[in-house]
Amino acid sequence: MSTPYAGVGIVLVALVTLGLGAYGWRFSRTTSDFFVASRSVRPALNACAIGGEYLSAASFLGAAGLILAYGADMLWYPVGWTAGYVVLLVLVAAPLRRSGAYTLPDFAESRLESLVARRTSSLFVVAIGWIYLLPQFQGAGLALGVVVDADDRLGGLVVSTVVLVNVLLGGMRSITLVQAFQYWLKLTALLVPVMFLLAAWAGDGATSPATVTSGGMTGSEWSMPTGEGTQGLYTTYSLIAATFLGTMGLPHVVVRFYTNPDGRAARRTTVAVLALLGLFYVLPPVYAALGRLYAPDLVASGDSDSVVLELPGRMVDGVAGELLSALTAAGAFAAFLSTSSGLTIAVAGVLSQDLLSRGTMGRRLGGVRSFQLGAVVAVAVPLVASVGTDGVAVAQAVGLAFAFAASTFCPLIVLGIWWRRLTDAGAVAGMLVGGLLAGAAIVDSLLDVEHHGWTATLLAQPAAWTVPAAFVTMVVVSVLTPRRVPAHVATTMVRLHTPESLRLDRGRAVRRLVG
Amino acid sequence: MTAPPRRVRVTSPRTSAARTRRVAPTSEIDSRTRLGEVYVSSLVRAQLRLAVGVLVLVAGLVTGLPLAFWLFPALREVMVLGMPLPWVLLAFAVYPFLILCGWGYVRRAEYNERVFVAMVAPGTAPPEGEEPDR
Repeated sequence: MSTPYAGVGIVLVALVTLGLGAYGWRFSRTTSDFFVASRSVRPALNACAIGGEYLSAASFLGAAGLILAYGADMLWYPVGWTAGYVVLLVLVAAPLRRSGAYTLPDFAESRLESLVARRTSSLFVVAIGWIYLLPQFQGAGLALGVVVDADDRLGGLVVSTVVLVNVLLGGMRSITLVQAFQYWLKLTALLVPVMFLLAAWAGDGATSPATVTSGGMTGSEWSMPTGEGTQGLYTTYSLIAATFLGTMGLPHVVVRFYTNPDGRAARRTTVAVLALLGLFYVLPPVYAALGRLYAPDLVASGDSDSVVLELPGRMVDGVAGELLSALTAAGAFAAFLSTSSGLTIAVAGVLSQDLLSRGTMGRRLGGVRSFQLGAVVAVAVPLVASVGTDGVAVAQAVGLAFAFAASTFCPLIVLGIWWRRLTDAGAVAGMLVGGLLAGAAIVDSLLDVEHHGWTATLLAQPAAWTVPAAFVTMVVVSVLTPRRVPAHVATTMVRLHTPESLRLDRGRAVRRLVG
Repeated sequence: MTAPPRRVRVTSPRTSAARTRRVAPTSEIDSRTRLGEVYVSSLVRAQLRLAVGVLVLVAGLVTGLPLAFWLFPALREVMVLGMPLPWVLLAFAVYPFLILCGWGYVRRAEYNERVFVAMVAPGTAPPEGEEPDR
């Protein structure tokens, strides 16, 4: 269903992205602008930016595709992606902002007073960023292939080029505006077509999607919220664990919290994000339900990820249908662009702070230059990987990134904020155990090794056992190394938890580049 | 009988006695005394209790659903507004619930902070407003 309008829509999104970025370029002069927009972003704008950044290809295309193909147990993806922000809000938002660190490695170093903890976190930030960027580039290729009959590799190249130009020139300041715009674009791109689709559906007699047999599933099978038997129940709970706990460990989400002016604003921003996500995630299931009636062939051919792109053209005739398809294609492209930008900034920040700015070369490069070099590396590696590999399902790869983040950074952040006795030895041991276990499960699923029964179930959705393993390791090793409790933990606790309005001695956060 | 002697008020300037030193709680916190620690950990504990409360509510209701649908398969067949119950709950009703939880948490967390400020720095910022309802 290639249409010229879709091509125009995608070009427009790319141009507006660059245009808004250019508006921000004029202000980006200092390193602080590049990293955190000089911390001057208001909660409303920041919430839109977080929403824009967070809603990736997996949310825009993948969720509807999974629900169409597998039914109601896949509704847990959007629910978990939203509830992750509730967990982030109550356990992390304000203390993380008050920690005064820019990135997860900054947090690890200033809380644990240990360079080893910092380097370990840097490693995991880059790993999660690359696991997450890979499906974005592959999804972009897929979408471009569907709507304008382009080569599958072109989409990834287009997305990475636009992202790189923007990040190189404007950093966080220009990205904030771009992301906020892209949230509303994505919402519009699902909301406007869905009204036409529902009207067409009502005109056709409004058959309930839960009463028909389509795509090889009966209506009642399709409305079941858990899979078959105890293994299905385990998979559901493991998915819940990964999404609820993984959100706080995503590097591109966490870096956004430092752009809030203070801890109170960080909390309010998070509630606004919850509302924006709740508004958005109502829509993909509607596409999935309509897809059961109007596009059941996509399930059989394995193209269910493209249901959002295909439906408008199938249900609405003529130019109107083509325009609506173009709108959803533009929204999908916005999803690739915004998430990739956020990830690129997060990975580039860590690369430049911890790898590139060390040694004589880094000193010669300076803050902004080494950030830009970091951005090039951050984009190049997953782009090459996306061209070189056949590809994993978008939502599956993103789900694994969540499981990985939940098994490494979730215990570090939660225990770091709420438990005084956490030690650097415990934190590093816990992150390594969680990272290695989850990493092994990811490599296993990428290699497509055949497993049966419970082994397959446990490896396909690892969070339910890797997250507890990481927590237990962190606690046990910390208790066994009581002498390694950081010397300034009392000062750190004051900094993390007391409101900024009080004049207190909060010590100094580690800030590698600025200051 | 003579009249009782007039009462004489006996006072002492107590110039030699040590003055009670009044230490502001904020400087107790700054000098990391035991008392300062107690102030800070009271705040941390209040916020943690609140966070755990919200998490139990969210996790209890949201993670209770798969179990409920697994234990009582008949629930899957219940129709509400022409849609199966799992769909109504998971695709639509869950979002307003999560937003309400978040909003209630922010109100209580900010209240906890105002109480803490009033305790350690009395007079600078009185706790505004009523204690929010649970």
